[in-house]
Amino acid sequence: MSETESNPPAEDEPNRERTFGDYGGQYVPEALMPALQELEDAYQRYVLDNEDGFMDEFRERMRDFGGRPTPLQRADRLSERYDREIYLKREDLVHGGAHKLNNALGQVLLAKYMGKERIIAETGAGQHGTATAMAAAHLDMPCEIYMGRTDVNRQRPNVYRMRMNGAEVNPVDAGSGTLKEAINETMRDWATTVERTHYVIGSIVGPHPFPRLVRDFQSVISAEARKQVQEQAGRLPDSVVACAGGGSNTMGAFHEFVPDSSVDLYAVEAGGSSLEIDQDEGLAPNSATLSTGTDGVLHGAMTKLLQTADGQIVESHSVSAGLDYAGVGPELSHLVDTGRVTPASVDDDAALNAFHRLSNLEGIIPALESSHALGFLEEAHEELGDLVVVNVSGRGDKDLETVLEETEKRDLDAAPDVEVFGT
Amino acid sequence: MTGEQTGAIESDTEAAIREDHPALITYITAGDPSLEDTKEYVEALDRGGSDLIELGLPFSEPIAEGPTIQAAINRALDAGTTPARFFELVDELETDAPLLVMTYYNMILQYGSEPDVRPFVERAADAGLSGIIVPDLPAEEADPLRDACDDHGLDLVFIVAPTTAGERLNRIMSQVSGFAYVQARLGTTGARADVSNATHDSLTRLSAYDVPKAVGFGVSEGDHAAEIIDAGADGVIVGSALVDIIAEHGTGDAPAAAALESKARELKRGARRGGEQGNGHEQGREEAPEPEQP
Repeated sequence: MSETESNPPAEDEPNRERTFGDYGGQYVPEALMPALQELEDAYQRYVLDNEDGFMDEFRERMRDFGGRPTPLQRADRLSERYDREIYLKREDLVHGGAHKLNNALGQVLLAKYMGKERIIAETGAGQHGTATAMAAAHLDMPCEIYMGRTDVNRQRPNVYRMRMNGAEVNPVDAGSGTLKEAINETMRDWATTVERTHYVIGSIVGPHPFPRLVRDFQSVISAEARKQVQEQAGRLPDSVVACAGGGSNTMGAFHEFVPDSSVDLYAVEAGGSSLEIDQDEGLAPNSATLSTGTDGVLHGAMTKLLQTADGQIVESHSVSAGLDYAGVGPELSHLVDTGRVTPASVDDDAALNAFHRLSNLEGIIPALESSHALGFLEEAHEELGDLVVVNVSGRGDKDLETVLEETEKRDLDAAPDVEVFGT
Repeated sequence: MTGEQTGAIESDTEAAIREDHPALITYITAGDPSLEDTKEYVEALDRGGSDLIELGLPFSEPIAEGPTIQAAINRALDAGTTPARFFELVDELETDAPLLVMTYYNMILQYGSEPDVRPFVERAADAGLSGIIVPDLPAEEADPLRDACDDHGLDLVFIVAPTTAGERLNRIMSQVSGFAYVQARLGTTGARADVSNATHDSLTRLSAYDVPKAVGFGVSEGDHAAEIIDAGADGVIVGSALVDIIAEHGTGDAPAAAALESKARELKRGARRGGEQGNGHEQGREEAPEPEQP
């Protein structure tokens, strides 16, 4: 039962493989292909083979600059509420307030090893943008962030944070002005500047080798958690629960547990207000790609997508900007198809309730993204076994405005009395 | 069948480039601002001397396009352009110039009831299209579509970028059908004021391959066409400069068709001028001002 050794590095896994089963690949303009090959080569040498001590430097910087390892904390009151052992992986305590730095620092450092001179990145809610801006400042690299105009307007504090860390922020006016358009525009920049620029993609999405590269930087979450849970609880968990937008905290929390067949893995998506797609308007009032999406190609990879019957990508929605994306990492699509990962979804109301519940019961204000994982715990805890690890991917300070606004519109069980705010 | 090796039987596309050498290839987005307008505009480009015409089938995430064609795609999608209506338009079109469709891979994949490239290719062949260009499909991912195109006698045109070199260039050039689409510069589509040095470098790298080469991305004027042909290209591809004309005129506006026809003539004349100059790089080439369209 209590095997405390960690899983061996998956040596048999073909890391040069461009796909995960039917998913993944490199559906990008020809101009980017040589850069992807260069990145594949760097991934092999520096990340997988630790050439020039790259991974040692990465781990050292994640410790000293990033604050790793993060705790695995037993949540006493949630454990009591659900009558089982609930442990929280505290990625909200990483520098910057979310797991995003694990990947951003890894990629900016890799870009430096590759001799690139400039960093670009997309951001939706601004979490990846701020993490990249921090990492770029820390490693002294010029940095430009693309961010949809709508997101710029609704995430002003994050825009200021990026600017304060010395990054340029380029608003993107196309389409609905959110994450999808920001990725499009960053890819266009990269297609123009590819020879000296590295694109720090923010999730396990995009063309090969990004999904593997980002997953490997994020897998520190599950490497730590797997060791910690065995030390603290004496055994592997019955379930690991993480929210899923693009899927970087998800695969980060799952990766080291994938070979442990006794551990159930739950990817919790944003159910938004409804799981239906409006075909005529091209709108999905949700971001439940793994649960409801169909196979197609977006942003360089074959994966599950929210799309119309004709293949146009629809506008997704979630109260949580960080989950609001019409695609998902190809590896997660594959693991869902093979049955290794179970997709689930939680709607806006349940996520908001979970936000308030964790704040109130445990003194931890979670990100709205992470609140989806916690909402699933509330709804499905009876199916999750006696020992559950939930990934708290980030802290919720960034979401306070949204939560106040959305809470006022609703009658939420778990919300505090807001009259103290004088409304 | 298509000429997968040079020396094999020429496809319509390849023949069109070789026949009236040097060739003018024009692009507009289908459905911008409506499919009825597109029909008129295609006929105008045909009259203006286009040797091949590319029709863009709009996709919501056009990552290879600059602002001009992004805006055209938005107008086309807003006008309700769907693959089904696009093919109905192509069914009706009768042009001297062979027609190609340019679209993103997901549009091809989703045409049938299951994700599969074959239904799209079959319909494209039925409609009389001669080939397909897919900006987000590098050679590494192209096998399924190339097989389907071979089975239906369509060309699958590959893009050669300024960054394409060495073994990848060899591989792509061995798979070319129709012509090699030489990307004139890094970046996205869009009209530019000059011809990039990267164009000359690319044409030099490609000169050893006996495959028709057409240069696109940024070509907007007759003088550009002349310079590019002079540098060794077999054709020029012009898109954004034509889309600009459409954007200026709006819907149902007859002068747009006339302006497109006139622009095509300017470009074709420019290309011919380049052809006549041979390989010389003499300065002070003949000035041939084109009347500005009102």
